[in-house]
Amino acid sequence: MTEAATCRPPRPQAVYFFATCVVDQFFPGAGLDAIRLLEREGITVHFPENQTCCGQPAYTSGFHDEARRVARAQLELFPEPWPIVVPSGSCAGMMKHHYPALFAADPALTAKAVAVSARVYEFTEFLVTVLGITLEDRGGPTKVVLHTSCSARREMGVHLTGRALLGQLNQVSVAQQEHEAECCGFGGTFSVKHPEISGAMVQDKVNALRATGAERVVSADCGCLMNILGHAAWKDRQEGRTRPSLPGEHIATFLLKRTGGAQ
Amino acid sequence: MSEKPLHFMPTEGFRERSKAVVENEFLQKSFRAAMDFLMTKRAAQFPDADELESLRRLGERIRQNSLDKLPALLTQLETNLTRNGIHVHWAENADQANAIILDICKKHGAKRMVKGKSMVSEEIEFNHAAEAAGVEAIETDMGEYILQLAGEKPSHIIMPAIHKTKQQIAKLFAEQIPGVAYTEDVDALIQIGRTVLRQKFLEADIGLSGVNFAVAETGTLCLVENEGNGRLSTTAPRVHVAITGIEKVVEKLEHVPPLFSLLTRSATGQAVTTYFNMISKPRQPGEKDGPEEVHLVLLDNGRTQPYADEELRKTLQCIRCGACMNHCPVYTHIGGHAYGTTYPGPIGEIISPHLMGLEATATLPSASSLCGACGEVCPVKIPIPDLLVRLRSEINSKPGSGSPLQGQGAGYSRLMTAVWRGWAAIYANPAFYRLYSWLVSRFNWLTPAGQGGWTSVRTPLRPAPKRLRDLLAERE
Ligand code: SF4
Repeated sequence: MTEAATCRPPRPQAVYFFATCVVDQFFPGAGLDAIRLLEREGITVHFPENQTCCGQPAYTSGFHDEARRVARAQLELFPEPWPIVVPSGSCAGMMKHHYPALFAADPALTAKAVAVSARVYEFTEFLVTVLGITLEDRGGPTKVVLHTSCSARREMGVHLTGRALLGQLNQVSVAQQEHEAECCGFGGTFSVKHPEISGAMVQDKVNALRATGAERVVSADCGCLMNILGHAAWKDRQEGRTRPSLPGEHIATFLLKRTGGAQ
Repeated sequence: MSEKPLHFMPTEGFRERSKAVVENEFLQKSFRAAMDFLMTKRAAQFPDADELESLRRLGERIRQNSLDKLPALLTQLETNLTRNGIHVHWAENADQANAIILDICKKHGAKRMVKGKSMVSEEIEFNHAAEAAGVEAIETDMGEYILQLAGEKPSHIIMPAIHKTKQQIAKLFAEQIPGVAYTEDVDALIQIGRTVLRQKFLEADIGLSGVNFAVAETGTLCLVENEGNGRLSTTAPRVHVAITGIEKVVEKLEHVPPLFSLLTRSATGQAVTTYFNMISKPRQPGEKDGPEEVHLVLLDNGRTQPYADEELRKTLQCIRCGACMNHCPVYTHIGGHAYGTTYPGPIGEIISPHLMGLEATATLPSASSLCGACGEVCPVKIPIPDLLVRLRSEINSKPGSGSPLQGQGAGYSRLMTAVWRGWAAIYANPAFYRLYSWLVSRFNWLTPAGQGGWTSVRTPLRPAPKRLRDLLAERE
């Protein structure tokens, strides 16, 4: 980590937190835990009240005018030069890699989009590469398995940061799963447009995660978590289990819990 | 998997076909094992990530150079081939290509053709046209030969019969080849096939092959293969006809080695293939073998459509290695036939809309979770996920409002457009969003238990009773 420490950007005083619509509406606890973790590091976290969604659902579905309208509204949320922390690899990927092209027709907006995208960090990426966070494990021995989203892995290239964070927790062993780099089958509207294919993919993913014998799955992407946990719970119900066979949570929640909470 | 030849209407029945494969446990296991095998072999060929990345960048640049200069290079290719004594033909579509090849057959009174593996000949459904014209066209690639006996189409562009088990092949050979007893011994099966084909090579009066790279500066046709059937098809008969898409041209001979290396390592995980053929001339006086006449058919069949668009042009960089299918979780779950197109998998999803129009292929670009595994392994760095998203927008936009792509707007739906407009109206307006998200959280008990495809294998999605913004407000 020493090499990373020397080329790390200066530690910011404040950040913007772009929660994403999924976290705001479906995983608010994960968002809150991510904010608490950042605050514990001495960072002032600003939550722009007017934030909604990055626009990705419409974008990947091929409704680009609609995606642009929504994305356009987010461009105005970050006037200060602070980093923008996003607790989701796919929304971060949308903002970082697709915003500039989305506004290509309008030079002024392109400039704005580029300025925003340059400041976007996925949550685990931010903790590792910007803060160089040190975590002290306070929990008992446990085994977890990490699911890294495809966007985090391939679009953001941050598949190592989640692992690095878990690696700092000395009582936590991280299980290896089969086909680790394979998609969980979520893919936004793909999961409802092609339910059979998406269903087969999530079934394989859940089987691979369960086969590790890990106590829980953690992930930095709530889209994947909705899919994975939703299928695991459905399967439990089908097979008459009352205890969840694969519980899971956002990595922020897990990290916070393991390291003694908000303090 | 369907035992009947598929005819090309992929949108129709895509869901049923993919569902049938997904529910077939045996196929799930065998596809998974085959793809794992291919992925492992490829990975072993690229131990050094930096080398791989620089090679991919080089491959991308070579292919982009070819496309940037495409008209000039095609002219140069034609000039040099002609100078070398190779006849060049241009075909706008499948019918023209078939007519050109069958015309050559007719001119030579050729009735027996041996075919090396050629996906373009699949694309133009040459075997049907040949049959109708009374030409016996025998596939000589072992996989293709098996499929021809079975009356099926390839399910993979490199390993066409990957969906077949050795038991199925044993049964097929015993039933279809006179005098053959049932055996599951793979070596014996291959020998049986080879014996039949050897005779066909001897009898053939014309050979057909594909082309992997056509070199403009020298007028050379390169053919990559493992079984030697490509070499025999192009040298044993009196006449050799090669067919390829117009995008397969490269400018310089020195462009071939990097592409060849990327191709074999990405496709089958081989450092080199067993055979690499370079065809530059028909048989010259005094030479002992080789065809007396060589032809090249250059096929458009829709390729000029993506060529005309800066972004979509990248589709044509493809060198048909098949790595995108081997790494695609959707392909791994549904196999090649479900797509209903000549080219399945990720490359099929981005090229088929141009070859067949968006009406016939409207479902295909949506059949991806956009996980990006394809783009990550593509040896020429085609941004497949981005192209899928682009095609989705062409499909869903109102007819006449997108690019001049054939079938643009084929998936346009007033209802879906209204739904997304409504969504945008809420999410682009913070006040509306606050109200909407407040309502769905406070009334989350009203969330329906059945949520379409989502709840077929998952518990319903239910908004949390309080949003993150509520939790934050409570803290203060
Ligand atoms: S798109 Fe890329 S990975 Fe797929 S077949 Fe073509 S060259 Fe290979």
